[in-house]
Amino acid sequence: MKVKVLSRNPDDYVRETKHDIQRVPRNYDPSLHPFEVSREYTRALNATKLERVFAKPFLASLDGHRDGVNCLAKHPRSLSTLLSGSCDGEVKVWNLTKHECVRTLQAHEGFVRGMVVRYCGSSFFTIGDDKTIKHWKMEAPGYGEEEEPLNTILGKAVFTGLDHHQKSAVFATCGHQVDIWDEQRSTPIRSFTWGVDSFSSVRFNPVETELLGSCASDRSIVLYDMRESTPLKKVIMTMRTNTISWNPMEAYYFTCANEDYNLYTYDMRYLENPVKVHVDHVSAVLDVDYSPTGREFVSASFDKTIRIFPKDSASSREVYHTKRMQHVICVKWSADSKYILSGSDEMNIRLWKANAAEKLGVLSPREKQAIHYSQKLKEKFQHHPQIKRIARHRHLPKVIHHQRKELRVMKEARRRKCVSSFFFFFFLSPGSTEGRNDGNPPLPPFKGEVAIWAGAREKV
Amino acid sequence: MAKVSKKNSHKKKLMVSCGDPAISEGDQQLLYEDEEEEQGGMDRAEEETMSSEEDEGEDERKRQKLLEGIRSLGGKRKKALGERSEAAGQMSEFSVNPDGGPGKVQLSDLIGSLEKTPAVPAKSKKQLKNLQRSKKTIESPLSKQETERIQRDMAFQKAASEVSRWDGVITQNQRAEQLLFPLNRDPAGPRPVERLVVGWKARTPLEQEIFALLSANKQPLIDPILTPAEEASVKAMSLEEAKIRRAELQKARALQSYYEAKARRERKIKSKKYHKVQNKAKRKEFLKHFEEMVQMDPAVALQELNKMELARMQERMTLKHQNSSKWAKSKAIMAKYDEEARKAMQQQLEMNKELTQRLITPLNDDDDEEEEKEEAAADEADMLPDFVNDAVDGRDASNPWMKGKLSAEPAQQQLSDALTEAAQASVSEEEECQAGETEEEALLGEFNSRRKLHQAQESDAAGGVLPEEVTEDRAAAVESEASDSDDSCLLESPSISRGRENVLKETKATDHSERSALLEERLMRIRTVEDLELLPHEPSDEPSQPPTTKAPPSEEKHLGKRKKKGIELKEVLTKETKLIKVPFTPTVTDSEDPEAKIDQRGLIKEAFAGDDVISDFLKDKRRKEDEGKSKVIDLTLPGWGDWGGVGLKPPKRKRRRFRVKSAPPPPRKDQHLPSVIISEKRNTSVSLHQVHSLPFPFENHAQFESCIRSPLGRAWNTERTVKKVTKPRVVTQLGAIIDPMAEEELLKNNKKVVASS
Repeated sequence: MKVKVLSRNPDDYVRETKHDIQRVPRNYDPSLHPFEVSREYTRALNATKLERVFAKPFLASLDGHRDGVNCLAKHPRSLSTLLSGSCDGEVKVWNLTKHECVRTLQAHEGFVRGMVVRYCGSSFFTIGDDKTIKHWKMEAPGYGEEEEPLNTILGKAVFTGLDHHQKSAVFATCGHQVDIWDEQRSTPIRSFTWGVDSFSSVRFNPVETELLGSCASDRSIVLYDMRESTPLKKVIMTMRTNTISWNPMEAYYFTCANEDYNLYTYDMRYLENPVKVHVDHVSAVLDVDYSPTGREFVSASFDKTIRIFPKDSASSREVYHTKRMQHVICVKWSADSKYILSGSDEMNIRLWKANAAEKLGVLSPREKQAIHYSQKLKEKFQHHPQIKRIARHRHLPKVIHHQRKELRVMKEARRRKCVSSFFFFFFLSPGSTEGRNDGNPPLPPFKGEVAIWAGAREKV
Repeated sequence: MAKVSKKNSHKKKLMVSCGDPAISEGDQQLLYEDEEEEQGGMDRAEEETMSSEEDEGEDERKRQKLLEGIRSLGGKRKKALGERSEAAGQMSEFSVNPDGGPGKVQLSDLIGSLEKTPAVPAKSKKQLKNLQRSKKTIESPLSKQETERIQRDMAFQKAASEVSRWDGVITQNQRAEQLLFPLNRDPAGPRPVERLVVGWKARTPLEQEIFALLSANKQPLIDPILTPAEEASVKAMSLEEAKIRRAELQKARALQSYYEAKARRERKIKSKKYHKVQNKAKRKEFLKHFEEMVQMDPAVALQELNKMELARMQERMTLKHQNSSKWAKSKAIMAKYDEEARKAMQQQLEMNKELTQRLITPLNDDDDEEEEKEEAAADEADMLPDFVNDAVDGRDASNPWMKGKLSAEPAQQQLSDALTEAAQASVSEEEECQAGETEEEALLGEFNSRRKLHQAQESDAAGGVLPEEVTEDRAAAVESEASDSDDSCLLESPSISRGRENVLKETKATDHSERSALLEERLMRIRTVEDLELLPHEPSDEPSQPPTTKAPPSEEKHLGKRKKKGIELKEVLTKETKLIKVPFTPTVTDSEDPEAKIDQRGLIKEAFAGDDVISDFLKDKRRKEDEGKSKVIDLTLPGWGDWGGVGLKPPKRKRRRFRVKSAPPPPRKDQHLPSVIISEKRNTSVSLHQVHSLPFPFENHAQFESCIRSPLGRAWNTERTVKKVTKPRVVTQLGAIIDPMAEEELLKNNKKVVASS
């Protein structure tokens, strides 16, 4: 007679030490898991909800300036250092981790128009309304020493924009013309003009370091090559461009912040048409800065909000605002791509998270895994209506909300009109040409319309 | 010293002025010498009259004025140009002397002396001669603006081309599954020992002693891990390259073995049919290949062509595939009754045709192709028995049913049909209209897409001629519809189509708006999870567009009118379809022939002769209705409170008690719509959670569904899969500064490209 006995090897289910992870036998056969989709859907929904609940982007406000913050500068070698220049000519150096000002200097009389830190991080340049370019040391002067610039250059006209070369001791300013300066000389080594009298900003391409772009008051964006004697190309837009920013990871893309509420991303090789038009702001866009990863950019607007756009999306992924933040004049994305800094009219610098619901600090591996998993779940189920509606919801101040609505109605009406009487639209009067402060914003112009736009806006 | 020559009116002054710079400076007017000579005579005559009037000691200014006035009297006004020339006496032989010279120096003068000098190379001499001969004026330089523009253009081209070298890196980064920032990270894993050793110093006395010994004996302090030869070999073939190479080799070997096995298997197959098919495929392949060969290698192609020609000749001689063989004759007898036999014959004929047809290639410059063709056609006509025409040709281009595609012709058929019918039976007009419409609509609707495909194919084949035909067809279709339906139909059809367009537009617009907006911005602030539930389900923020759909009302009208006429749809539907006799088409039809198209519909009818679509539909509907009906559920348990077993039934009382009749379902929506089945399975409460339209990156529903169906979590996947699947797209290092892309990335990318290729 044969007797069958149940036998189990304890090695299969007993762990060797108590520090080992308990072995969990699993069968991955999909027929045994009929509810996997619905379970994951629920997880995705919960993750989305939690993301919205934990979305608290505002981190800190740095106050201390006695006038509106007009420009910001990142330190290329230190994450915790930030420089800011205000409308009363004061420059402050901040320690971001401690949220405190470490140094204050009266750099100029009148506005500090631009500021840039040298690529090595040992000194910085400022320009101001007093027609001077000043070169400052990064370290504060010792006890008893006087705060004095290393070098001062007196220009012929007011400088309005400043940027430093990525690798060599060359910087560029703009004002009446675009000038390229050697740090050792007091006269520009090269000047570019192309029939316009004032430029508002100039930026070096961080990848192709010899190229630079500037925007002028005749609504144009002009590209230059430092090695050439003439400018390269010019594109004239419907309204004035305030700033441009180059993509730090993609050499030929740049985005410009325009007065017509939109941002335009261009491929510098094909300037006939923008690659993408980024809409959503309800007032002039004043500043734009790319994330160092080159995948997103942040824009500051006169409508008191900051918006974050994915580089290839027409609409924004995020909108930041607070009750007390006024017109945002300058914005920067921190060099580790985690934070956003904004300087606004009401004398404050604000520190934001780039991802509103992100958990800061060091994460344990399990936490990290969980975050990655929920991120993927959200991505997977993003098209489901319930999840979409929660993920897309953002609170917006009443004024901006109504303005947006109004704009939408206008756009729709315009579209209808355009469609219905295409041949007669030249006889239609264009939208309001008043300033945007009267609560009746001008319509962003559309292609082919003949209209005169009052583009200039006085800063402050 | 500069000598200033002056006008000779005041001779004494001239004498004084010789070699006197002070006076020459005072004198403003300087004249050319030759000019002086030209005017000399006239001036002198005038001066005498003048000097009589004027006194000496006049101031210079007056005199000059006068001179000018005089000169203007002469008629032509010469421009008073001054020249500062050099003293003739001090001139060197190389410079031009303005005093006694003949005036302008010509190029020929210079060249004349050039011939004599031996130092000038012959080439430049020649060039100069050429220059002298050609009397063309040199073009004036471009204006400043234009030169600048050209310069700018050139500079821009240069910059653009320079920037374009980043294309590869950028596209690669866009496609990459994961991007790691900062870009120039140190590679993970253990560092090479050499690098660690560099920073290490001997500290303990023992170590120091050992090092002292080593250095005394001239031993290498840091022993190199690799010899130079090894390093070279490592450089020559990196690990990645080696891996790639090995993988390639493996793949090649595997493929070879597969191929061998396949060949062996195929050789063993005895089936004749298989080989026939195989041969046919090969032939086709060969033909395809041949066309390429004609262009690439004409000599070889010509040889092949000759071979083919030979085969053709043999075929024609043997009459192998013609209908004269024994088998063919037997089949010809059977063909009257047997479909299979008919088909076989057809095939054979086709084969014959194929083989006997002369190939038309660019190499073949015979111009008797047409003759050949005609011959072949004549042959075929001769060979073809009459009854073959009865059947439907398998490879007929105009037959949609065999191809699985519907051409545009049916519309025309409908037209002709409608016309004939209208002429034939005026009594059954309305019924015909209804039936025809439903049938046609069903058919057309089903094969709409296919027809489009077919049309595209046709247009491709026939080039630019066909589009006109197509449009004509369309027009014909519209007409046919109009004629098919009665007046009301005719009136409403455009409105319906317009309505549809509107609907389409609307959906497009909504789609667009949905896609474009990433955020839904509202006044509501979310603080808790409960708030999330309160969010409105529909995007109410969107501007509510007035409903522009006009299709439903018009359709309703349509129905209403029909009802007025008093036609019961049910009756119409249940009536038998009227059989229409249509002459059969000949088997060999030319698709270009317009007359052949007329009989398309007949073909369709014939193909569906056996099917009764309508009754099938009605049956289907009835079944659906029955499924939905309430059923009696028997809950009796045998043996419960009673005896149970084989042959024993639960008592009647119990059965009656435990048989439960479920509540009747709500009335069906298609209760009063005889020609419609509305599924009741759709659950509106679920549809709130479902995706309504296909999201952007997906191309079809299957893709999207499979994406949703595959789980990501660790409950359903192995650890490794989970890691792979949940890999984030962008990874940044905590507290690390991300520098802009540097030139090194370009080099890295180039290396990668080289390695992968």
